[in-house]
Amino acid sequence: MKTLLQLFWAFFKIGAFTFGSGYAMIPMIEKEVVDKRKWFDKDDFYDQFALASSAPGPFALNTAVFVGYKLKGWWGSLFAVLGAVIPSFVIILIIAIYLTEFRDNRYVGAAFKGIRPAVIALIAVPFINMLKRLPWYFMVLGCAVAAVICYLGVSPIWFIIAGAAIGLILTYRSKP
Amino acid sequence: MIYLQLFLSYLKIGFFGFGGGYAMLSLIQNEMVTRHGWMTATELADIVAVSQMTPGPIAINCATYVGYTVTGNIWGSLLTTLAVSLPPLTLMVLITVFYTRLKNNRYMQGAMKWMKPMICGMIGAAALLFVNGATFIDWKSYAIFLVCFLATWFKVDSILMICLSAVAGILLYV
Repeated sequence: MKTLLQLFWAFFKIGAFTFGSGYAMIPMIEKEVVDKRKWFDKDDFYDQFALASSAPGPFALNTAVFVGYKLKGWWGSLFAVLGAVIPSFVIILIIAIYLTEFRDNRYVGAAFKGIRPAVIALIAVPFINMLKRLPWYFMVLGCAVAAVICYLGVSPIWFIIAGAAIGLILTYRSKP
Repeated sequence: MIYLQLFLSYLKIGFFGFGGGYAMLSLIQNEMVTRHGWMTATELADIVAVSQMTPGPIAINCATYVGYTVTGNIWGSLLTTLAVSLPPLTLMVLITVFYTRLKNNRYMQGAMKWMKPMICGMIGAAALLFVNGATFIDWKSYAIFLVCFLATWFKVDSILMICLSAVAGILLYV
């Protein structure tokens, strides 16, 4: 029980004090899980993290799952995930409730007019950075996928399925 | 039955949400804006901004907020947050259990190789869908975009950029 509560608390802190995407949380998780609690050694942690980042769903939760599982099995995973989710859930819920009321406020409205173009920039930069690291034919494919999803309204799910299928077929046909 | 639809939509978002928060965003757009029309692209852009500025993973923040916006109460938030937590609690548990066998599996690597350009395209689509008349209202919005783009490119903290653009918005538009 003590370990379960420690797991919950470790991920509660991570959920309450880190901002941004799951990747941004990795240093904080590493500090808590590897340096402070010694639950993992560093290489082991990064090996498992590599796998966690290729699974669907939020990174932070996938990381919580493998850390929790190693210590206390399924219950460990559950406690770690709850710890990571609860702070965000409570904080954002309070904001959602109040912001819906204040959205018509003159100043809040003006602030959001400034924020919206900024949000596009924040998404465009990682897109270009990721694109840059791909071979040219994947660059073309990436841009085409973006245009088809956005302008034709095709669900991204089909592209994920197609990508996985092509990858599996090509691997099957190539010699090991 | 909006609760059931919302839960199923978010379950899809969770289980196909490869590549992290921004890639998931294009799934959220497709389900919430394009398919069901539960919110406008502009509302979603505001939610993304707030999710970025508050602590916790963007995907969770966004799920909680979207759930509240679509249904107008806490139960919607609970459902979406639960749905987005289910893939980690099921699939990721299996992956952890079979970790040693999956670690250097060539099929898994082959699939990931071809999913990468798709994930990249999804992130691009998320940015593109927000480019519309409601976001770019005049030259000032283009100026804010340009400054933020350059600042983010040179690794200025994104929360700082959102705060500054909020201030710019108040100064320019009130």
